[in-house]
Parts: sequence; structure tokens; C-alpha cells
Amino acid sequence: MTTATTHDNHDDHGPGYGLSRWITTTNHKDIGTLYLWFAFIMLLTGGSFAMVIRAELFQPGLQFVEPQFFNQMTTMHGLIMVFGAIMPAFVGLANWLLPMMIGAPDMALPRMNNWSFWILPFAFTMLLSTLFMEGGAPAFGWTFYAPLSTTFAPDSTDFFIFGVHLMGISSVMGAINVIATILNMRAPGMTLMKMPLFVWTWLITAYLLLAVMPVLAGAVTMMLTDRHFGTSFFDAAGGGDPVMFQHIFWFFGHPEVYIMILPAFGIISAIIPTFARKPLFGYSSMVYATASIAILSFMVWGHHMFTTGMPVAGELFFMYATILVSIPTGVKIFNWVTTMWRGSMSFETPMLFALGFIVMFTIGGLSGLMLGVAPVDTQYHDTYFVVAHFHYVLVTGALYSIIAAFYYWVPKWTGHMYSETLGKIHFWWSTIAVNVLFFPQHFLGLAGMPRRIPDYALQFAEFNMISSIGGFAFGLAQLFFLFIIIKTIKGGKKATDIVWEGATGLEFEALPSPAPYHSFNTPPEVK
Amino acid sequence: MVLSKLTGRWFAAMAGIISMLFMSVAKAEYELNMTEGVTPISQNLYDLHMIVFWICVVVGVAVFAVMAWSIFFHRKSRGAKASNFHESTTVEIIWTIAPLLILIAVAIPATSTLLDLEDAKTNADINLQVTGIQWKWKYNFVDENVEFISSLAQSSRDVIKDPLGNENYLLEVDEPLVLPINKKIRFLFTSNDVIHSWWVPALAIKQDSVPGFINDSWAIIEEVGTYRGQCAELCGKGHGFMPIVVEAVTQADYEKWLDGKKAQAAAVAAAAEQEWSMEDLIAKGETVYNANCAACHGATGAGIPGVFPALAGSPTATGDVAEHINTVVNGRTGTAMSAFKTQLSDVDLAAVITFERNSFGNSVGDMVQPSAITRAR
Repeated sequence: MTTATTHDNHDDHGPGYGLSRWITTTNHKDIGTLYLWFAFIMLLTGGSFAMVIRAELFQPGLQFVEPQFFNQMTTMHGLIMVFGAIMPAFVGLANWLLPMMIGAPDMALPRMNNWSFWILPFAFTMLLSTLFMEGGAPAFGWTFYAPLSTTFAPDSTDFFIFGVHLMGISSVMGAINVIATILNMRAPGMTLMKMPLFVWTWLITAYLLLAVMPVLAGAVTMMLTDRHFGTSFFDAAGGGDPVMFQHIFWFFGHPEVYIMILPAFGIISAIIPTFARKPLFGYSSMVYATASIAILSFMVWGHHMFTTGMPVAGELFFMYATILVSIPTGVKIFNWVTTMWRGSMSFETPMLFALGFIVMFTIGGLSGLMLGVAPVDTQYHDTYFVVAHFHYVLVTGALYSIIAAFYYWVPKWTGHMYSETLGKIHFWWSTIAVNVLFFPQHFLGLAGMPRRIPDYALQFAEFNMISSIGGFAFGLAQLFFLFIIIKTIKGGKKATDIVWEGATGLEFEALPSPAPYHSFNTPPEVK
Repeated sequence: MVLSKLTGRWFAAMAGIISMLFMSVAKAEYELNMTEGVTPISQNLYDLHMIVFWICVVVGVAVFAVMAWSIFFHRKSRGAKASNFHESTTVEIIWTIAPLLILIAVAIPATSTLLDLEDAKTNADINLQVTGIQWKWKYNFVDENVEFISSLAQSSRDVIKDPLGNENYLLEVDEPLVLPINKKIRFLFTSNDVIHSWWVPALAIKQDSVPGFINDSWAIIEEVGTYRGQCAELCGKGHGFMPIVVEAVTQADYEKWLDGKKAQAAAVAAAAEQEWSMEDLIAKGETVYNANCAACHGATGAGIPGVFPALAGSPTATGDVAEHINTVVNGRTGTAMSAFKTQLSDVDLAAVITFERNSFGNSVGDMVQPSAITRAR
């Protein structure tokens, strides 16, 4: 054999050793693992801030923290959970799964992949360091409305701005990598309309990321120049407009919430058919529904701003566009339910989390429809009803899908089955707790409790206490999840190659468990 | 002690859950639903809310029922065999069109209610300007030349560590807004600093007050009563502490109240013409300071390092009196320090400046008379 041909054979390139393996790795599985652990650490960090919030709200009066620090907690909780936990977790899943699902050896741009991950620890260290600065961390909410975030913000805001820039660069690079991988590295025979839905939803998500992360970068840059270089983008005294900030922010922000839910749709569309032992009812309509949601996401940002004094024509447009979103979303839910109909269902942990997702995401979706109706939104807006709504779609939606994905694919990743008993305990514990946590918040909002307040009137006391108890229980359940994760990585019953009786897809049908370091050295044939 | 109180609250919470389950859900102490309010719009909003809510309930129950049926009857452990049906364009079209029809049915009443809600301009009887200020509200009856500031009541501030048993905790103000019933009131919202949002559920008004812009809304209050609300947009550390109290009264009572306010304003103006003694200024200044300045600069004048400067030993509060007056009266542009000439009377300003120069260890020893403020305006 000549040197050239041996070099083409990558079989001997196993993982490196020690710390340098993780710092220098360009392997999609290693980087996926890094992303997932990073997301989990951020989940616990953002979760601990939520515990501070729920502790302060446990009963009326100020017991534990000052209002300024409370606002820092709500701000950091939101930023960490959105940018640090949910988004990196989905990127981690994409890294692990996309090459295995499309029959590729790795991601298309492995060195950029390494870089896009290693930016994140620095970005979040910078963001979290603001908690220890004079004047405290940013305290203007994760939506950082001007002028509270410009003229009236602490000095640490500049660190926040730089941190957001870094996260944006990381996300854009990750999105480019996903697009390049999916469009260029599919196995022969895998046409676009044969791709698993997780691949489809991530492809669409990546385009959303490319479209809106630069908008966010623009918004924070304008904040920076308003703060330090004498511009007045958001300052009426200089000819600017504070409400323009909200338009720019939500032009990013609304697609952003779909960035956090579309990959979840892909995960659920993989799990339900497996455990119903029946193909997904409407594959192509699921693809079209995902694309419709993505397109609509650019036309509904104004529904976050019904109380800002928008002209009535604008309110009507955004109301109609917003309630239209419920049609493709409904199509998805109907398809999942019909997939279960006359299947042969079993209820392993991933299926439980997927079913929990469908039920509770539907609750969040229906309250979303209520919020979309502009005239009544003037009563719901900025209350705990909104808090309940977006936690139902983000916690029992996005986070539940991530947990479901972990249980579903971890046997393929590690070669070990998790403990079914512990997984089921995790599911029931989380599900009871999360409903005790968030369901009463609907009532609080309707009864008139504004969000982002450190203290409240006495008529809100009972439901807040119930909600806090649910919160502590849900937090503990995720520490239990950490235990399950470590236990599964360390050992467990050996997983078969197919793992689940009804599993389909290249990762189950064409790869052993655990999957090899380079997924496919020769592309599989897709019929 | 704390433990027994916590246990007490715990039992109250449990009792709450149990009463929710077994008793009428409309129980007043545990408000579960949106208020029906006291204006025509609030009633329309409530009805619309209930329509959409019941549609959601029906859709939700239908979806969950099909799911539950499958979960129960189509489970492998009962020996269910999976069928293989999938892809049906007809079914996909049906479940696209049916929701669309429901949405159209929702959109029609929603559109007419929205058009109603936005019709603030026509036939207003009273124009009321509402200005959000960190962290209080200023009300200006523009046709009557009556203007005052309403902030969180001392009774709530006093019990902030342990408010149990304090009626209307955080929902009580020093000066309520008084409005007549059965008149169309047009509210004009703006802000002095950051974005606030004026929300009174019973009036069905939630409108952002944006610095540099004016938004409007309207209400016709149909019942005499006291209606409470809060700021709904995060506006800094005092966001949870700027309530709204509207007292709706008859036209006669409203006019009586207006006359009282005008007499009060005349008395304040007269007070500004007098010479004040040092003791009186400092005593009054302390009250003014606690209500207006302490939120940022702290009760002891220590401020919050890095955010709000300290007054104790500050160059402004111990330096040239003209500069001190200028800072308080006209504010500092580009910072959170607002121009207090729009919020406080000459006497209040003179008193608080005198207080600041002679408290927290500052001992400049000079005093500022109201007449000096009148000149500085």
C-alpha cells in the first residue's frame, strides 16, 4: 500500500487522550457531547436562578433578595436558558445525530464545528461574570427593552452585549455547518423527501438562525453605540424611538422561539412512530407544516407588542398572521395523534416524554392561540398567563423533547441501556412537578399578577406558594436526571444494534451500538 | 415561629388546592379567571376571552380523548397489532380547513372588539394625561389644570418584610386617581424615563407609556367603586412597587374632589412664597426624600455602587448650592436622574435639597428657600 491510500483510511483515527481530546477535537460525536454537557451545566445554572426567583416568590414580602437582584435573576435565567441551555442542547443533538441519520462520516466543516462550540464557554463566562461586578448583572429582562437597557442600565451591560455577539457568531457558524452537512453529505439515494424529520426540521431551523442572529447582533450593536458613541437609535430625545428596539428585537425574537421548537418537532416525529410501531401518518405534510411555520415566524413579531401603541391596521395584521400559526401547528399534532391511532404502543421512557410533550405542548399552543387574539391580549400581556404559556412550550415542549431524545438515542451513543425504572420515575416526578409549577400561573395571570415582580399582593399568595413547591420539586428532578445520565454512561445493560423494536433510520438500522467514532466510512445505500 | 408560620401557609395552600378540587371553582378568594370589569369594553373582552377559552377546551379535549383512546386500547400489552395506514391528502385537507373555519369564527368578533378598543379619539368628555415615572404615576387633568403624583402608600412600604394581614398590600397609593362614572375618559400615556405600562384590569386598559411618545386608550366606567392595578412593563427595581388606584365616583363627588385638588394646589403655591425655617425644611425634606429619592439613593444616602451614586459626602450635595439645585430641578441627561421640576413643588424641592445638604453626615449648613427654586425653574 502506498502512503496516500493509507492516509485515506481513517479507521485508525480514534479519539485523542486526556483534556486535549476535548479541546482539539473535530469529531462530531465529541463536539456533540461537549455541547450536551455544556447545555446541562447551563440548565442547572439557569435553574438555580429560577430557584432563587421561586424562593423569593414563595410568600408575599421581600425575604431573601433585593428587587434589583431579583431582576438580575429573571434576566440571567432567561438568557441562560434560551441561549445557554435549549439552543446548545439542540446543536449537540444535531452534531450527534445528523451525520448518523444521513449516512455521513462527520459534519461538513469539522474545524469550524470545534470553534463554534469553544466560543460558548467564554461567552457565558463573560455573561455570568457580570453578577460579580459593581452595579450587578444586567437587570432589564432577557428581552432587554430600551431605554432600560441603554440609558438606565448598569455598566456590566457592555459585557452582556459582547457575550450576545459571541453567542450569535457561534450559532451562525453552527447553522452554516448544519446546512452544508445536510445539503452535501447525504448518502446516495437519500433525496430531500427521504430525510428523517429531525434532519428536515434542523435544516429549516438553521436557515432561521442564519436569518435572525444577525438581526440580534444589529440590535445589541445599536444599544452599544447608544450607550457610548452618542447615537440615539432608541432615545426619543435624540430623534430615535424606544419602540423601534422592540420591533428589531422581536423580528429576531419570534423566529428565535421557533428555532427552539422546530427541532423538537423532529424528535417527536421520530419517537412516536417507533413506539407506536407504525409509520408517521403524514410525512410530507409534516415537512410542509414545518416550512409554513418557519415562513409565518417572520410575519408575527408584532404580537409581542399589542400594547405599545401600534396602529389598529398593524394589530389586525399581526393578529390574523398569529392565529394562522395554529393551523400548521395543529397539523403536526393531528399527525402525531393519528400515528398513534391503531398502532401497537408501548411506553418506554422516551415515549412517555414524547407523549408528555404532545399533551403539554398542546396546552401551551392553545394558550398561545388565546394570546394571539389582539384585543384580549391587552389583558394577558406581561402577566403570569404569558409566563405559564411560554414555559409550557419551552419546558414541557423544548426541554421535554431534549430529554426524550436523550433516552431515545443514548443507547446508540453509549451502547448502554438506561434504567427503565429510573427513567419512568424521572418522567412522572418531572411531569407532576412541572404542572404544579406552571399550571397555577395561568390563574395568577388571569387574576392580575404582572410578570417580573419581586413581590406581590396578598390575593396571589396561595398559587405562588403552590407554584414554588412545584418549582423546587422540578429542580430536584433534574438533579436526579444527572444521576441517571452518569449511571447510563458508566454502564448498563448492553444495547442491541436496533435498540428499539420499532426503530427505523440509518442510525439504528445501519450502525452498531455504540456507533463507531467515524459514523460511516463508506456511505450506506438508501433505497 | 417562622416555621409555624410557614406550616400555616403550607396548610393554607393545601386547603386552597382541596377547595379548588371539591368546591365551586368560582370561589372569590382564589380568583381563577379574568375580571369582567366595569366598562363596556372589559365586558366584551371577557366574553371574547371565554369564547376562545371554550374553543381551546373543546379542541384540547378532543385531541386528548383520541390520544387517551389510543393509549388505552391500541397498546401492545393488550395485544394490539399495528396497522400500516399513512398518508392521506383528504385527511390533511380536512384538518387544515376545519381549524381555519374556527379561526375565522374567532377573528370576526375579535376584529370588531379591537376596532372598538382603539376608538379613543371620538367624543371624549375628559382628557387625562398619565405619565409613568420611575416608580410612580403622574396624573394631569389637562382641561382642569389639576396635576398630582400617585405613589405606593406608606402603609405598604412599612410592612415590606412581613406583609401578611396588610389589606391591599402593594395595591394602595397615597393619592388615588378619582374619575367620574358614565363619562368617556380619554387617557394619554407617556413616560419620563423608561417604558412603563398602565394596567387596571377592571377598566380593561393596559397601555405602554413610552418616553417621547403618546399612546391613548379610553374607558367609560359604569359602576362606582375602587379599582386597582399595577405597572405591567419591567421598568427597573421599583417595577413591582408602582400600583394604580382608581376611585370611580359620581359626577358631583368628582367635581368636589377637583375643587379640593385646586384648593390644595393654591395652598402649595402660597407656601412657596413664605420664608421657611431650617427645621421645617429638613423635616419636610425627609418625607419628600423617602418618597422620591430613597428608592435609588438609599434611605441612608449610600446609593448603590456602580448604579446609583451616594449622596453622603457627594461633591454635588456638599458643593455649590446652585449646582445642587440644578441637578435636582433639571436632572442629569443621559443618566437615570430625572428632572424633578415636573414632579415636585417648589417647597418640596427646597426642602429635599436642604435635607440632603444637612443629612447622612453632610453638614453644609446652608438652606434653600422655595423662592430660589422658583427662580431656578
